[in-house]
Amino acid sequence: MKKEYVYKAFERFWHWAQAALIIFLGVTGFEIHGSIRFFGFDQAVRYHNVAAISFIILIVFAIFWHLTTGEWRQYMPTWKNLRAQAEYYVFGIFRNAPHPTRKTVLSKLNPLQKLVYAGLKVLVIPVMVVSGLLYMFYRYPQHNEILSLNIGSLEVIAVLHTIGAFLLVSFFIAHLYLGTTGRTVTSNLKAMITGYEELEEDSVDNKAQPVSHEPVLTK
Amino acid sequence: MHSTHWNWERTEYVEGKGIRAIGKRNVLNNFCIGISGNQQSCNRCHIGYGYADASFNFNDSLNVDCLACHDNSATYLKAIGGAGLPDSSVNLSFVAQHVGKPQRTNCGTCHFFGGGGNNVKHGDLEMSMFDPSRDVDVHMASEGSDMQCVDCHSAQKHQMLGKMYSVSSMNRGRVECEHCHSAMPHTDDVLNDHTLKVACQTCHIPTYAKVNPTKLFWDWSTAGRLRNGEPFEEKDSAGTDVYMSIKGSFVWGKNIKPDYIWFNGTASHYLVGDTLDPSRPLQLNVLYGSYDDPDAKIYPVKIHRAKQIYDTQYRYLIQPKTVSTKPGDGGYWAEFNWDRAAEEGMKQVNLPYSGHYGFVQTEMYWPVNHMVSPKSQAVQCGECHTRENGRLANLSGFYLPGRNYNPWVEFLGVGLLVLTLAATVVHGSVRFLMNRKRKGSN
Repeated sequence: MKKEYVYKAFERFWHWAQAALIIFLGVTGFEIHGSIRFFGFDQAVRYHNVAAISFIILIVFAIFWHLTTGEWRQYMPTWKNLRAQAEYYVFGIFRNAPHPTRKTVLSKLNPLQKLVYAGLKVLVIPVMVVSGLLYMFYRYPQHNEILSLNIGSLEVIAVLHTIGAFLLVSFFIAHLYLGTTGRTVTSNLKAMITGYEELEEDSVDNKAQPVSHEPVLTK
Repeated sequence: MHSTHWNWERTEYVEGKGIRAIGKRNVLNNFCIGISGNQQSCNRCHIGYGYADASFNFNDSLNVDCLACHDNSATYLKAIGGAGLPDSSVNLSFVAQHVGKPQRTNCGTCHFFGGGGNNVKHGDLEMSMFDPSRDVDVHMASEGSDMQCVDCHSAQKHQMLGKMYSVSSMNRGRVECEHCHSAMPHTDDVLNDHTLKVACQTCHIPTYAKVNPTKLFWDWSTAGRLRNGEPFEEKDSAGTDVYMSIKGSFVWGKNIKPDYIWFNGTASHYLVGDTLDPSRPLQLNVLYGSYDDPDAKIYPVKIHRAKQIYDTQYRYLIQPKTVSTKPGDGGYWAEFNWDRAAEEGMKQVNLPYSGHYGFVQTEMYWPVNHMVSPKSQAVQCGECHTRENGRLANLSGFYLPGRNYNPWVEFLGVGLLVLTLAATVVHGSVRFLMNRKRKGSN
């Protein structure tokens, strides 16, 4: 085991700011949706709009960081070991089997993470940003003038935004739980706070073998 | 002479009916129903002298009663049942020395008491408006802007701005809030966006009939009960009439949340002689508009419901003669005989009466425009943007955030959350148990 600097300062700031914003957007958003009551509708709208703009600013910085550092490559989805990773969560994890992919500074995401995070980045977040901006800036059709966008009905925009919101909350729950499946229950959390994580050192074979289908047997 | 106050009709385009002269002369309502045959009493509120029947000469300017509107002494009074003639108690030379621009008292004397009593018709125009507090009407309050009716209802050559859709049908000559306020009056952009689809009144008149009750339901079918051969009246604990032998039973309401409709400024009307379907409530005035109509906005209305007399054979509303001016003239309020009242009333509108009558449910839609509250009392966002029992619960055809949702997305979305949560709990528990077992077996 070797302590490595895995998550850079900006990366950690981005992660936690994004977490706070998404939680806050979720609470205010589902209040606007009518599911919960907390701030009151008018305040929820006001806060949601401010948080949304903040989130967009954060996204712009995050994109810049990912592009300039080349870190975006971490998220390139791959088929390799995808099945092995899924099988690990279904079988291996219960038997204390090793993670099928090794975490390194240059490859910190397992294949399932790559797939899910890439999906969030290219699909869910863009849909949320675009539908959210339309939600904010659309205008009903009017006579003789076009004020920004004329859209006849809010329904499609709102429903898309709601679908995205459900996906994000679902991701949030799964993300919290899977965060506990690191080397120890809190090792991932500590790493995201301090930036440092104990990683396996380079060994002979840094590509772990897929786990077999053997049923779990008691010894 | 062109004033609607004088002619009691306007030439207007009425949807589905073409260009028609409509007004109090030929439109029926579901309060006292109509003036035909009853001019002697109703026309106390006409700005003329002696409009006692249909033969009244509208071309003679000497018949115009200027004082009804221009008396500033507050002593002018028209005689009850006098067809517009002044009461004998009035000192006309004193009144003539005190004329001027119309005051609230001039307008209110008729407009606050339409339908035979205070606040019967409008709900937002009644005697408290002679001197309202700021909470009742922020514009007319003497401790506020102290505005007079004619400050908004301005006139050129006696043609007043503003009209009521009980008797008018075109989108013209209306008083608009934007005549004084801007179309984007809020500091909050989100609120300003609302002005495209929501009329100012909708948020700024949270309730009407704030001080005194207004009539919500009028059942003519119960009229005519007598005690010892005499008509009688019953009042509720607040002193409001709930039954009158001459008029039937009433339901009143105070501090009422308005109903809301899409309205584009055009309306159509039931006109004397139109056939009706007695199996469902008849809308005497239909206010047009929908979400998809770029001219339409959400407006607050008072809906007045009634059961009123109609001819079951010819299937049209009956204009009954209610007022009696001489014995045997058929006036219902003296003889309590619907057949005679129908017969005599229908003669006045030149339509046959079959001899068979019944009572049909009718509705009238009265836009609520007055009793604007101070902004601190405006309707709050959550009163409409809510899933249950919102103010706009009955308006359909559009997506209202906080009220609407797609049931499939909701079902699948909540299902996804439940499954995710369940999966993590099950997975976590198994992990924990297996881990303990492994440790135990070591």
